[in-house]
Amino acid sequence: MWETKYEKSAGLTDSKLSYCPGCTHGIVHKLVAEVLVELGILDRSIAIASVGCSVFSYQFFNCDAQQSPHGRACALATGVKRVLPENIVFTYQGDGDLASIGIAETIHAANRGENITVIFMNNAIYGMTGGQMAPTSLIGQRTTTSQDGRDVAHHGNPIKISEMFSTIEGVAYLERVAAYDPKHVINAKRAIKKAFQYQMENKGFTMVEIVATCPVNWGLKPVDAMKWSKEAMEPVFPLGVFKDKGAK
Amino acid sequence: MAKVLMKGNEAIALAAIKGGADAFYGYPITPQNEIPEYLSKHMLANGKVFLQAESEVSAINMVYGAAGAGKRVMTSSSSPGIALKQEGISYITAAELPCLIVSVMRGGPGLGSIQPSQGDYYQATRGGGNGDYHLIVFAPESIQETIDVIKESFDIADYYRNPVMVLVDGLIGQMMESVDFDRPVRERFLPNKDWATTGTKDHPGRRNVANSLYLDPQALENHNIHLNEKYKLIKKNETKFELVNFDNPEYVIVAYGTMARICRSAIEMLKKEGIEVGMIRPITLFPYPEKAFDQIPANAKGILTCELSMGQMLDDVLIANNGRHKVGFFGRAGGMLPDPEEIVAAIKNFNERVVK
Repeated sequence: MWETKYEKSAGLTDSKLSYCPGCTHGIVHKLVAEVLVELGILDRSIAIASVGCSVFSYQFFNCDAQQSPHGRACALATGVKRVLPENIVFTYQGDGDLASIGIAETIHAANRGENITVIFMNNAIYGMTGGQMAPTSLIGQRTTTSQDGRDVAHHGNPIKISEMFSTIEGVAYLERVAAYDPKHVINAKRAIKKAFQYQMENKGFTMVEIVATCPVNWGLKPVDAMKWSKEAMEPVFPLGVFKDKGAK
Repeated sequence: MAKVLMKGNEAIALAAIKGGADAFYGYPITPQNEIPEYLSKHMLANGKVFLQAESEVSAINMVYGAAGAGKRVMTSSSSPGIALKQEGISYITAAELPCLIVSVMRGGPGLGSIQPSQGDYYQATRGGGNGDYHLIVFAPESIQETIDVIKESFDIADYYRNPVMVLVDGLIGQMMESVDFDRPVRERFLPNKDWATTGTKDHPGRRNVANSLYLDPQALENHNIHLNEKYKLIKKNETKFELVNFDNPEYVIVAYGTMARICRSAIEMLKKEGIEVGMIRPITLFPYPEKAFDQIPANAKGILTCELSMGQMLDDVLIANNGRHKVGFFGRAGGMLPDPEEIVAAIKNFNERVVK
């Protein structure tokens, strides 16, 4: 007797993913898709795709979607959620999109306690445009626009989104997770699920920051990229729950 | 409802409610503040959405989201604020989402002034957003006409899946007139919004996506051609203008909005002096009423374009005139409003005004 042990989530379309080998976008797409299916909310979900490598996520999530201008995903999500409060609305954004050009939209959506979920992929670099410095790039990190490495005196320090957002009253749930090994992938899924559950319960703004990878623009092999996200990024972006309004 | 005395900006707000607005997203800027102020009270009281955004950039993107969700949604702003909205306007137009944008012009460039101006004609008709796109732009001259246009604008936006801009200036926004909110609106057949992103539960088997990304050049060109066909249809169906005193005029004035009101007085003054001057008053700026210029008598001595700017609509007058008549220009800017006497003098000394 044959039995299905594993299959592609119904929350993903049949479109071929556009991501590089070793990139964590594919993993996190799968987690989000699985959560939408497991919570039974896929058919009332609206995904807001951002600008960056995940620009095509509107083709990958098997639900209705809107493609946002660079950085404006939380504004679109606000616009949708305010007129369709019964629907589930989430954005999927990278660090250039969310932490640089879209930081105002994101902060104010959080401060209003918009009942949306933000999936924030932090890989410390601009991937789509070819490896430029991001606001989250690490000190000393070489990028195509910081070729001698990020220098505090010139560029400032990497911006810590979860730490910053933990001070915002409207945030109901905020956790930073990683995706560099199975244990952390399973934990990331738990966090993503919790964020969507909180949205279903109208608790307020929820965000999961994922310490992600970009092997191609980091100039690392996939396995080494996973290692770098653990050994170089995690100390700067420590994992954990930064805010949980539902915690007993 | 009997006639009521109402301020322009508040009348815009009430007309939008009567036109079926489901949601408003905006950001404060003078001289349009009474629009969001009025709506903040009356939208919420009617179970509709009102939200003050953190910026004009954010507000127009909230409009994108709600329009994509199939709702009747509007924003309002003034010159520098409309400049900030251009990014979103380009995306909304590309994604073919309907919405209403009210632009209450003030003096510019830069921070400029808060006094009435028509310096944003280019901004409205040429756009500051990227790419080949057009808004449907109405430029009413009175509060009553503004109400009538706004009430119809959601239907027009929905019909064409294109943003409508209602372009007035600070004078229309700030003055009061006696108005009637119950004048009939043209009936249009509006198809269901089966493209709206409301969740696949509402359209099983099909994903709805609001998008403006076409990486394949042929796909994008096809989209450009499709949009252009739509703009041609808009041009054919929606062009609106008024001809004033057009019974064999010696000169013809072209003016819109507040400037057209001033020109009406000048035309009456000139008539008393035995000089017959007609006026083409564009009500839509896109599409521009080029055909109106065919009605100018061949023996007319010239066309005087009058604007509260240094000459922007002038470009469209020159295109529409196509070399048939001498074209002159009279403009005031910076928030300065001319007396009708200045326009009378400009007609009398037309040759000094000729630009082409």
